[in-house]
Amino acid sequence: MTNAQLEIQIILSLVAVACALPGVFLVLRKMALISDAISHSILPGIVIGFFITQDLASPLLILMATLTGVLTVVLVEYIQKTGLVKEDTAIGLVFPALFSLGVILIARNAGDVHLDVDAVLLGEVAFAPFDRWMYNGIDMGPRSLWMIGTILSVSMIMLILFYKELKIATFDAGLAASLGFTPIGIHYGLMTVSSVTTVGAFDAIGAILVVAFMIVPAACVYLLTTNLKKMLVGSSLVGIFASITGYWLAHALDTSIAGTIATVLGLLFFMVYLFAPNKGYISQWYKTKQQKTEVAMLVFMLHLANHEDERERNINHLQEHINWSKQRAKKVLRLAYQNNMIEVKDEVINLTEKGLAFTEKAISYISDNKNSELEGIKQNFFLFRG
Amino acid sequence: MEDKIAIAIDDLTVAYNYKPVLWDIDLQIPEGVLMAIVGPNGAGKSTLLKSILDIIKPLAGSVTVYGKPYKKQRHLVAYVPQKGSVDWDFPTTALDVVMMGTYGSLGWIKRPGKAEKKLALEALEKVGMLTFQDRQISQLSGGQQQRIFLARALVQNAAIYFMDEPFQGVDATTEKAIIQILKELRKAGKTVVVVHHDLQTVPEYFDWVTFLNVKKIATGPVAQIFNDDNLTKTYGINYKTSIVEE
Repeated sequence: MTNAQLEIQIILSLVAVACALPGVFLVLRKMALISDAISHSILPGIVIGFFITQDLASPLLILMATLTGVLTVVLVEYIQKTGLVKEDTAIGLVFPALFSLGVILIARNAGDVHLDVDAVLLGEVAFAPFDRWMYNGIDMGPRSLWMIGTILSVSMIMLILFYKELKIATFDAGLAASLGFTPIGIHYGLMTVSSVTTVGAFDAIGAILVVAFMIVPAACVYLLTTNLKKMLVGSSLVGIFASITGYWLAHALDTSIAGTIATVLGLLFFMVYLFAPNKGYISQWYKTKQQKTEVAMLVFMLHLANHEDERERNINHLQEHINWSKQRAKKVLRLAYQNNMIEVKDEVINLTEKGLAFTEKAISYISDNKNSELEGIKQNFFLFRG
Repeated sequence: MEDKIAIAIDDLTVAYNYKPVLWDIDLQIPEGVLMAIVGPNGAGKSTLLKSILDIIKPLAGSVTVYGKPYKKQRHLVAYVPQKGSVDWDFPTTALDVVMMGTYGSLGWIKRPGKAEKKLALEALEKVGMLTFQDRQISQLSGGQQQRIFLARALVQNAAIYFMDEPFQGVDATTEKAIIQILKELRKAGKTVVVVHHDLQTVPEYFDWVTFLNVKKIATGPVAQIFNDDNLTKTYGINYKTSIVEE
């Protein structure tokens, strides 16, 4: 591995973490689309900053771009507050307008410099090691490494200082306001950090990957954990993993690094969506199936408890009375039998003591409408649970 | 009897997009009452709470808490928002939500520590939720979630409690448990203000009531003013129909 390769991977990993941290809060605040909007609408800010300074690496560019990012949020909220359109529409109105303004400005005035739309959208992290920061003739390393490193450090410090405030303002803005934590201030703080991060990251990796880095890791980990701190750490790790895997995959396939990383992130999410232990598709599917059988068993046991008449409880007439398919009836019988809820004597099904106790408890919980407790008794009575 | 005034609302008008939701409200809430705010949907009940708590800026008028603006008296006030106002899929536990009640006294930046955790555990015990402390909040029933919210307010050890429909979507047992705690709070000299929907339980649960429908219709002891006349004024001629609708 060459020095340049190492540097690229470090830059990518830092960008991944810098994006993942605000990304978690954007996802939790249901504002994922805002990151998309910011990543596009900073373009005019960059262009205007460039006209003023004639220097692509000037801090003024970052400042201007950040201001446009925050302006995007302000405009979106303003339009939304008119009550004429919903938030998604407001986002759709604002960022194409700002982005195209940037495109026109570039086309009219900056045709002969290195500032084109492709670079903004896709970036080219492979070139990052060539743009170095020289200080008194000493090579300090790639410029974007310093830029994103600084941004990451600042947002880390902000996160550590204001973790509690971010959490309460995200979970319950009303309470936060009543306790004096000014959720609006925290909101704009988060938007500013998101904007700065986007600006710092877009130069290296492009607008599209910024969005992927902000949203996908957070969305993955959201399905895996119920702890905010773990979500922050986890989404950073997912971002780093995707960066390094994506980098080497792009290397092997000789394709765009940013594109490959975004693809890896997409695949990761798909895997998590399928296999996540509780919220995943397979787990949910299994649970629904299990629940269906359990409810069916309860219905069946209520039937047994309700009918003294042995004809109703005869194993051969079961189907016609309860009107189930053979397969389903079999499954339900087996489940009840395995859990010692029923016994069969002379082809007549009876509830065991355990079965009777379960049914009585279940009936009382159902009539009290205490669903959570119903879950509890299932755990006590059942031998196995999905 | 010369009662101390906990909350004084003076000429309060609140508007959304210049459409008044609350119109010229004058209201004094005496210390130590357990008060229901009742009124039809859209009467501005939640808005009234939010403007007292400085969450919504009024168009005109003022609110004072024990004679001073709310901003200076935050520590005296605890708030239980509507259960539906938060995302219960948020990645956090019951204990953590209750701990949020301590954030106000901590102020900015400072983190909750052992003392705060102890307070939170005590509050969880009071609402009978101690065994659920590590449960992810989406795994709680509606009644349990409301108890968690109540515990979060108890942690604040405030003088005045505001609750926005604490009985919405909870089972009968939780409703009884909550009202029991509210009555204990009143016994301890606290002032409790509850946005309430179920008119039938007003005389049983509360000793003070405010009728609200954009304007204040009436306020006073339940025994004196909870009558057909005020109900009709608040809910319109056919007030019984509107109860059924809700």
